Amino acid sequence: MDIKIYLLVSVIKILLVIFILLTGVAYTTLLERKLVARIQNRWGPTRVGPFGLLQPLADGIKFILKEDMVPDNVHKVLYIMAPMLALAMSLISIAVIPFGPSITVAGHTTALQITGVAHPDGSLSDINIGLLIILGATSIGVYGVALAGWSSNSKYSLLGALRASAQMISYELALGLSLVGVLLLSSTLSLRGIVDAQAQPPWFGWLPHWYIFPQFFAFFVYLMAAYAETNRIPFDLPEAETELVAGYHTEYSAMKFAMFFMAEYMNMITVACLATLLFFGGWHGPVPQNAPAIVQSLLPVFWFAVKVFFFMFLYIWIRGTLPRFRYDQLMAFGWKFLLPLAIANIVITSLIVAWRA
Amino acid sequence: MVHEILFIIFGLICVAGAVNLLVQRHPIHSALSLVLVMASLALIYLLLGAEFVAAIQVIVYAGAIMVLFVFVIMLLNAGAEEHSPGSKIALLMGVPGVIVFGCLVGWIMIHTSTQLGGVRINPSDFGDTHNIARLLFRDFLLPFEITSVLILIAIMGAVVLGRRQN
Repeated sequence: MDIKIYLLVSVIKILLVIFILLTGVAYTTLLERKLVARIQNRWGPTRVGPFGLLQPLADGIKFILKEDMVPDNVHKVLYIMAPMLALAMSLISIAVIPFGPSITVAGHTTALQITGVAHPDGSLSDINIGLLIILGATSIGVYGVALAGWSSNSKYSLLGALRASAQMISYELALGLSLVGVLLLSSTLSLRGIVDAQAQPPWFGWLPHWYIFPQFFAFFVYLMAAYAETNRIPFDLPEAETELVAGYHTEYSAMKFAMFFMAEYMNMITVACLATLLFFGGWHGPVPQNAPAIVQSLLPVFWFAVKVFFFMFLYIWIRGTLPRFRYDQLMAFGWKFLLPLAIANIVITSLIVAWRA
Repeated sequence: MVHEILFIIFGLICVAGAVNLLVQRHPIHSALSLVLVMASLALIYLLLGAEFVAAIQVIVYAGAIMVLFVFVIMLLNAGAEEHSPGSKIALLMGVPGVIVFGCLVGWIMIHTSTQLGGVRINPSDFGDTHNIARLLFRDFLLPFEITSVLILIAIMGAVVLGRRQN
């Protein structure tokens, strides 16, 4: 492909993904407020636009127009850098996520993924350490939280940041180990490769060939660790209002606070995408063979979005249902239950894989 | 060509981070400079085609280990450190020593650069995850396992030392 067209296509893909992602983040906040309200027998936002649908827009304008305060005695460089780091790292991880197979527009075929390319012979390939890049971005993202708390020069922020970084470091282990079972079955680190490995004929003729079925325990560990990584209920101790005001972002206001907020919701979406790719067969779903080409390339994206939506719904559902863990319970759950479970899963899976080979 | 330019950029960032690590007075700034050094090293590995090693460098060194450093510095709430007055001997002997050493290395590099030759990398599978796994778990299985036992002993030692305090 011509280098100019390649650059143009890449820029379009990046802008499109960022636009959809930010809209998704905005409407996830609305969905969360609406659903939690219904769970608690309230209405939620209804005033701005029909059914409150323009509420995220109003929130966005409010964030931009608010005074951007920097408290005295903060560590200025790190204070400003921390939210940018958190947001940048959550944007980097979305770059390796494949949303579907490929799309052909005006004679140019491209993969539905920012870091994926389509070869002239029709085959698709993507970056072959995609999963590791997401893990790396997550582990660098911890700095955003840790530095925000430390540079704010406030005890609530510092305690929140210490809790957050301790929790994220602890659960990163369980998260990483829970993925190994899937990697053993698919024998690739490329996210596209993992999804393609699940495109096999169904088990017993009716059960989809998704890795959630042989890797159920890994999925459980992944889900729990992912909730802890994104600091969501029941693991939202870093921002426990009753104890810490708001945790690591207590001293942040206006757009800097919004950046943390956006980073958190983007991480939720990334984690949901990853769960879909690794355990739920990615974009695979029923696609009619006689449909027009554009439908054939966009329907998989729809199935992908449906599965991601399911996980987002689950996030909010659990938020409306479960109470918060105590700190020692959190640590014991991560180290004494999830980690051994993930290791046992790896041992059993690798024995089965070795026995089959 | 692009590779050379990127190598020079990341090499400079790496060296600048390392110098900044020594110059900064506050431990957190030093730790963050070290993160910068690790990250730019990872990018240099990536330029060499070792994508797996690059990713692991970010996850393990820049991510896990340095986060623990920052965590401990935050927990101890360590403030800016005072510089001790530099010793005269270091100034008198060190600076000329560094200059002489630098000249020597430069001279040797310039005079033998034609005989050194280049490193040839087979780009198709060098640094590939499969290739590294094959090397680690087949050709170098014994050293790999011995290293893991060594790390296990270190962990147990840390636990024992941590317990004795209480």
